[in-house]
Amino acid sequence: MEISKDLIAASSTPLVLTILAEEDSYGYAILQRVREVSGGAMEWTDGMLYPVLHRLERHGHVEARWEIAPSGRRRKYYRLTPTGRTRLAEEQRQWQAVDATLRGIWRELSAQGA
Amino acid sequence: MAAPDHAMPLEAQIDQWRNYLRRRQAIHSVDVAELEDHLREQVATLSDAGLAADEAFLVAVKRMGDLDTLSREFAREHSDRLWKQLVVAPSETEEPRTKARTAAVVAFGLAAVAAVALKVPALFGADLDDDAGFYARNISLFVLPLLAGYFVWKRPVELGMLKWLALGFVAAAVFANVYPFEGEGSTEGLTALHLPIALWLVVGIAYAGGRWLESAGRMDFVRFSGELFIYYVLIALGGGVLTAFLLVMFDTIGIDAEEFVGSWLLPCGAIGAVVVASWLVEAKQSVIENMAPVLTRLFTPLFAAVLVTFLGALLWTGGGLEVERDTLIQFNLLLIVVLGLLLYSISARDPASPPGVFDVLQVVLVVGALLADAVALWAIGARITEFGFSANRVAALGVNAILLVNLAWSAVLYLRFLRGRGSFARLERWQTSYLPVYAAWAAVVVIVFPPAFGYA
Repeated sequence: MEISKDLIAASSTPLVLTILAEEDSYGYAILQRVREVSGGAMEWTDGMLYPVLHRLERHGHVEARWEIAPSGRRRKYYRLTPTGRTRLAEEQRQWQAVDATLRGIWRELSAQGA
Repeated sequence: MAAPDHAMPLEAQIDQWRNYLRRRQAIHSVDVAELEDHLREQVATLSDAGLAADEAFLVAVKRMGDLDTLSREFAREHSDRLWKQLVVAPSETEEPRTKARTAAVVAFGLAAVAAVALKVPALFGADLDDDAGFYARNISLFVLPLLAGYFVWKRPVELGMLKWLALGFVAAAVFANVYPFEGEGSTEGLTALHLPIALWLVVGIAYAGGRWLESAGRMDFVRFSGELFIYYVLIALGGGVLTAFLLVMFDTIGIDAEEFVGSWLLPCGAIGAVVVASWLVEAKQSVIENMAPVLTRLFTPLFAAVLVTFLGALLWTGGGLEVERDTLIQFNLLLIVVLGLLLYSISARDPASPPGVFDVLQVVLVVGALLADAVALWAIGARITEFGFSANRVAALGVNAILLVNLAWSAVLYLRFLRGRGSFARLERWQTSYLPVYAAWAAVVVIVFPPAFGYA
């Protein structure tokens, strides 16, 4: 199953925020985590994650810091801020509302069909 | 991008990839470092899974996405980087170069039109000296519609917006000319001063096109305005030198060029230079882009020092201010300068960088200006009844109040940012969404004040 571009774009914010709520992380690891939890259904082009992260940073939802990774390279780590946490809660409410709406109307549809 | 040579070692391939990335203006070197870390990690994982180094590199690059899409996404997020790209024609290709040349031709053409338009009323017997009032009220109408037209030509807007732009200029022309102003009255002077401010918003909407509603679009316009100012001053300085030489040289051969300079060269040059300077701002962006932040960085500490010393001296002497009739206007000018420094350094600042010494200075500057203004307002308030509420004084008070609100809230947001409680983007948004307030106030002064104060 391939998820449409629009849906991937829309879900990127809550997804990234949630992953950062789990623990501080960096680009590559965030993408790995996305693949892991979606079972490969969410196919992101790797590079596209970074503009998303930078947008969240600009809005103050996440904070970035450079650290030296175990590999010896400089690596940019991201951390969720309190505003980011608030935003995540808000996103959660919205997605749950969308989810509940769709579930409800589909249940009715299948009830009619039966 | 060219396919990497298979015989190339991994490091050389990554070097090449990095160089391709660096050529994109929207992707800065910190981002390149971030992306490179990603690429290397991906290559390492794939190599561990058994791929040869060059295969792993190819797969990793492919997963990263093609560079055009990637840099477009970066540009969309970092629109402050994008605007350079939008307007400066890249020098590699021939087609944009001809486009840049067309822009130059159009700009100089419009400048000539503005210069000629300025002399058209002369055909009907108007004279720069005798009808100074008419010219003072209408001066912005000779050039700003053309400037807006230039932007619309460069970045076409929707028809609906075009109508609103036209409506703005028509309304301005109506209000500048229907009122029966008394000669030498102060409401006429107020109209002359405020009409360009109100119309500058219309120009801004034309400049930003569809992006006016976005904070970034307005910020670009702020940036543009500051750079236009610098260019205009430079052109004016050059023009002054030219004029001086012209006068002296023709004087040596017994020709008095003063009449020509006074009624043709100076007015027409001054008005045409607005369009030319606007064109220069866009065409030679990168030249001045480095100059404006340097100027703000130079003058912010100096102004902050002057203000702090002034407040200290005020405390030391313990005396109040010597309030005169023009005191309020002088303090308005001070606040405008401080606001300009603030706006400009905000527009030139990378919103993502953490608070630094310069930000502290900026807050000192703003708070210092606010305190000085508060002292002045307090002193003036005590004597306002003595001076009376003339049109000039009400206008000055109104501007002072608007500036105070703007700067006070900016100071609050700035302090929050310094203490890590708010993002810089909020401060940016506040500044850009406040801009229309100035234009609205200017419109009120132009439309309401003359009848309210009996056209005196």
